Amino acid sequence: MGRLKPDVGNKLKRAELAFKDKANKKKEKKQRQIERRKEAEALGSEAPPKQVPKSLDTMREYDETVVQPDDEEVMGEDAIDEFAEHFTGAESKTLITTGHYTSPEIMQLVDELVDLMPNAEYRKRGTADLKPIIEGASERGYTMMMVVTSKAKKATGLWVVKLPAGPTAHFRMTSVRLRKQIRNHGRPTSHRPELVLNNFGTRLGHRIGRLFGSLFPHDPQFHGRRVVTLHNQRDFVFLRHHRYMFSETGQRAYLQELGPRLTLRLRSLQLGTFDTTHGLYEWHHTPDMDTSRRRFFL
Amino acid sequence: MITDDVIWQVINYNQCSFKAKTQTQTMCRNQYNITGLCNKSACPLAQSQYATILEEDGVLFLAIKTAERAHSPKRLWERIRLPKSYMAALELVDQHLQYWPKFIVHKCKQRLTKITQYIIRMRRLRLKARPKLERVHTKREKRDSRREAKAERAANLDKAIEKELLARLRAGTYGDIYNYPLQEYGKLLDKEEEAEEEAEEEAEEEGGMEFVEDLVDEEDEDLEEADYAFRAPDDADGDDSDVGEDGDEDEDEGARPTERKPRGKGQRGAAGAGARPPDGQPGAGAKRRRVNIEYEHELESEPRRALGR
Repeated sequence: MGRLKPDVGNKLKRAELAFKDKANKKKEKKQRQIERRKEAEALGSEAPPKQVPKSLDTMREYDETVVQPDDEEVMGEDAIDEFAEHFTGAESKTLITTGHYTSPEIMQLVDELVDLMPNAEYRKRGTADLKPIIEGASERGYTMMMVVTSKAKKATGLWVVKLPAGPTAHFRMTSVRLRKQIRNHGRPTSHRPELVLNNFGTRLGHRIGRLFGSLFPHDPQFHGRRVVTLHNQRDFVFLRHHRYMFSETGQRAYLQELGPRLTLRLRSLQLGTFDTTHGLYEWHHTPDMDTSRRRFFL
Repeated sequence: MITDDVIWQVINYNQCSFKAKTQTQTMCRNQYNITGLCNKSACPLAQSQYATILEEDGVLFLAIKTAERAHSPKRLWERIRLPKSYMAALELVDQHLQYWPKFIVHKCKQRLTKITQYIIRMRRLRLKARPKLERVHTKREKRDSRREAKAERAANLDKAIEKELLARLRAGTYGDIYNYPLQEYGKLLDKEEEAEEEAEEEAEEEGGMEFVEDLVDEEDEDLEEADYAFRAPDDADGDDSDVGEDGDEDEDEGARPTERKPRGKGQRGAAGAGARPPDGQPGAGAKRRRVNIEYEHELESEPRRALGR
């Protein structure tokens, strides 16, 4: 930003004038808003439509793969894809493990993830390789596997593998906040939580949504009032865990966060189980895909 | 041979391009050196009879140098390919270096062992999947963390979750866990009342018969009912004194709200009891004079109410 008052030599004076200018502009803006509101009230039903602010979400680049609710092709695919069994009543069973090196911080995160997901179990990784673990886990009846990777005691990645035949999603994990770090946090109960999946719009997003959907049971215990949210906004998937309470009139829902809180960003979706050398990728993020700030993939 | 000594004199006390001095010892960079150290017995230049083990792309050779070939540098080193099997290779070394100095034979075998082991280790590491190291793109990381913060603000998570939960509540996902009829119930009641009123109005317009039971205004009548309903005989005196002080207008205003919400709510009685004089005190500024109350009304209240409705 250049100087607001370039012709004034004295720096203090210039700053003062610029400050006043800014305050005035703000005042005028407020005034305009008030006038607009009055006008709308006066005109009643004939008022001009309320202005919608431009944002990256509203200005998003057109994506032809956005799934329409009545798309028969997608519905057909949903009926036969790898996750179909979970959407027709099969119970999920998740194995959670870490990278070779863990730390108390990572273990705490794993503990909270275990609390988050019913039917999730932690197994120590040790020096074992991932491929034999995946094989063994499939044989033992696990349906999903998660691997939390870390660097310098900070969780940096999450692999979610559908067993036994894939797909495998790799996420970058950022902004992890454990339960203790959240103000006014509660302690989760052992009820099966509800799941809220928001904004997984495109075909890829739909698939990722189904991947998350198959991590959780589909018969939540509503009286537990637990809700796990995976909200996609601009390709960032925000994971949140709350306990809710409806107000007496049923007009509001009050939330208490239970933790953990973290953000995921999809890096790749691989066909089949984990294979970094010969794996085929359904989708793999590369920097040259980021052609525009308004282009989103999920 | 005499040349060996001369060469070693030069190497040791003057210049050798293969010599690498460290703080503790002097090393040799010559690829034929059998120990890697710079000393006379291990120097491939100052020894006319010399043997060593070489490795090229995982293949081992026994390289032998003899004084007989010293005049022809091209053919100076004889290379013998060693078999893959370690034991066979050892035998071959023994065979070729049968009457050689013990030092060279021993060092050759040591070197053979070492190289065999590192080849095995290399192979094992190649076969094993190892993490690929990537650089950290500081610029991208910063950019992404900024965008993440903005996306989180745009997501308005708490609101989005609340909206979804309320939508579920409305859609009846929670079944009969929650009982929120208040709003809907109120709306339903309003609707029914409206419908009834409309029906009555229609009936009036059509010129239907109407029963008017008394000259007494319906509002007043309601008031009286309220009053009587709430007035216990013992607190009647206390009420009287209050009202007298307040004055007549107050009395009227206090009474009105009770008329508007006639039935079903607790307010009716409470307001009525506080504000209403018991025996229809005549107020000076009152808009309308009250009719003297007859005690029979109380008895008749039930059938009347039914009629009024």
